Amino acid sequence: MTVLDMRDVRKVYRSGDADIVALDHATLHVDHGEIVALLGPSGSGKTTLLSIAGGLLTPTEGTVEVGGHDISDYSAKQLTEFRRENVGFVFQSVNLVPFLNAEENLLVVDELGGGRGGRTAKGRARQLLDELGLGHRLRNLPAQLSGGERQRVAIGRALFNNPKLVLFDEPTSALDTKLGAQVMELIRSEMKARDTAAVIVTHDSRMTEYADRTVRIVDGRLAADGATPDTAAAAKA
Amino acid sequence: MLPFRELRRRPSRFVVATVVLSFLATLLLFLGGLLDGLYLGSTGAIRSQDADVIVFSSGSRDSFLRSRIAGDLRQQVESADGVDEVGGIGFVLLGAQVPGESELADVAVAGYEIPPKGVPAPPADGEGVADSSLRDRGVSTGDTILVGPAETPVTIIGFVDDTSYLQQASVWVNLPTWRVVQNANRPDAAVADDIVQALVVRGTGDLANSIDAATDGGTNTLTIDEAVLALPGVQQQGDTFDQIIYSTLVVVLAVVGLFFSLLTIERIGLYGVLKAIGASTARLFAGVVLQAVIVATISFVIGSLLALLAAAMLPDGVPLTLIPSRFVFTFVGLLVAAVLGSAISLRRVTRVDPASAIGTAS
Repeated sequence: MTVLDMRDVRKVYRSGDADIVALDHATLHVDHGEIVALLGPSGSGKTTLLSIAGGLLTPTEGTVEVGGHDISDYSAKQLTEFRRENVGFVFQSVNLVPFLNAEENLLVVDELGGGRGGRTAKGRARQLLDELGLGHRLRNLPAQLSGGERQRVAIGRALFNNPKLVLFDEPTSALDTKLGAQVMELIRSEMKARDTAAVIVTHDSRMTEYADRTVRIVDGRLAADGATPDTAAAAKA
Repeated sequence: MLPFRELRRRPSRFVVATVVLSFLATLLLFLGGLLDGLYLGSTGAIRSQDADVIVFSSGSRDSFLRSRIAGDLRQQVESADGVDEVGGIGFVLLGAQVPGESELADVAVAGYEIPPKGVPAPPADGEGVADSSLRDRGVSTGDTILVGPAETPVTIIGFVDDTSYLQQASVWVNLPTWRVVQNANRPDAAVADDIVQALVVRGTGDLANSIDAATDGGTNTLTIDEAVLALPGVQQQGDTFDQIIYSTLVVVLAVVGLFFSLLTIERIGLYGVLKAIGASTARLFAGVVLQAVIVATISFVIGSLLALLAAAMLPDGVPLTLIPSRFVFTFVGLLVAAVLGSAISLRRVTRVDPASAIGTAS
């Protein structure tokens, strides 16, 4: 079953008198439990694609369905609610709330959804952190955690609401190679264990080995694993 | 949870704003306390009048000192529509020798017929009921004070609260005693037996117009509130202090606005992430307002304690009076300024783009 279904999506930014095409007729399907690596250089449009897939941006053209919700024409308010309930995010620089401890950083998701961090929510946060190997770090602030531990807390936060799709934005860019590999292994095992789909944006081709499939993006155009956007376009023609 | 946790875990971020607002709260209470002290000390004798209007002679510009009402004018007032009861009143400001004290006490000898609130019926000749502020000057019940250069004796038979007149302690006497004191000590302004300075009137209907019509313009009648504001300096004092107080509240607003604007700029990255994971602008903005309200509340408590401490350390002569309503006014003023000040951050919070959380390295 498809979790993310992007069809013919274009994103055009207006800059002065010129139109800049950030995403050019991109079509991407991600199935349940599938891990897709989105590989591309800076400025290729991978951030735009991730933002549209996660309901942070709306497409100029095309349709976007996530978990059965067609979010193409959602208002900003609808998108806020959609993101809160359906998508998990792990950001490049982790971006935990610095004055909240590990457990509270997970409970933020519950609070934003109108919860009060009750017993059920706390139980869920502790269970997640325990599974992520942070059961002994519940009360530590982000500044007291290592880079890898912070990233694991961020993964826990992304998984807190049982999303169908988790979007990772360069999750290993702030980590050294060894730690990056460990985090990618953890992401893979956590996603597979929950049958959760994931799109992982990276510019590091070594990280693609942890994905089920790699999609390359150059100049806003997508191509499947092994093909460049140009050869894909030629094959299509 | 977020706004509270930040306040608790990072109190140092809010220390500067809290300290500045605490001093501003102290200043607001201090200014308000001075205004209230001046107002209460000047107007007690008029505010306590248990009547509806006060009648001055025309041309007196509503001044007790200049106003004179003779018996025939009084009869015209008594015959006016709606008038139920009329009483004469007169004031004379003098120094008084107090037993056992070397310095003169300032007193306002007030002659009356209709008792003001809290004041008993007019006492016997030569006796007076004093404002309690005279007790602070060493006067006790049964003491005889010698009033004015003529040293007119008045025996104090009791005390009443909050009846000062132009910062001087009132001594409530019957009209004949007032005339004795007035004529002995102010011979240039001596009054005949049927003369009073003004009339206090109880009645119904449009008393002021009815009385002024009945006297054919011989009187100018004011409500009690109008008479209070007609006292020398009261209106001007109030306006001046109010301007300073409202200017200070504008400073509070600016401090809160500036502080939380800077804090919001610092948090733009965090707000981007929180919006990305589902926080609404309303929720984030409510957090800013809530923190501003909490900081203002803490500052008010500290400011109140400082103001009370300052009031306790001030010499007796300073007319600082801290009344509960001033604390309420200051607290509400601080809260309103805090909410309005923090509202300056709304635009900035609204403009934070959740998409900014993606593709950002720091």
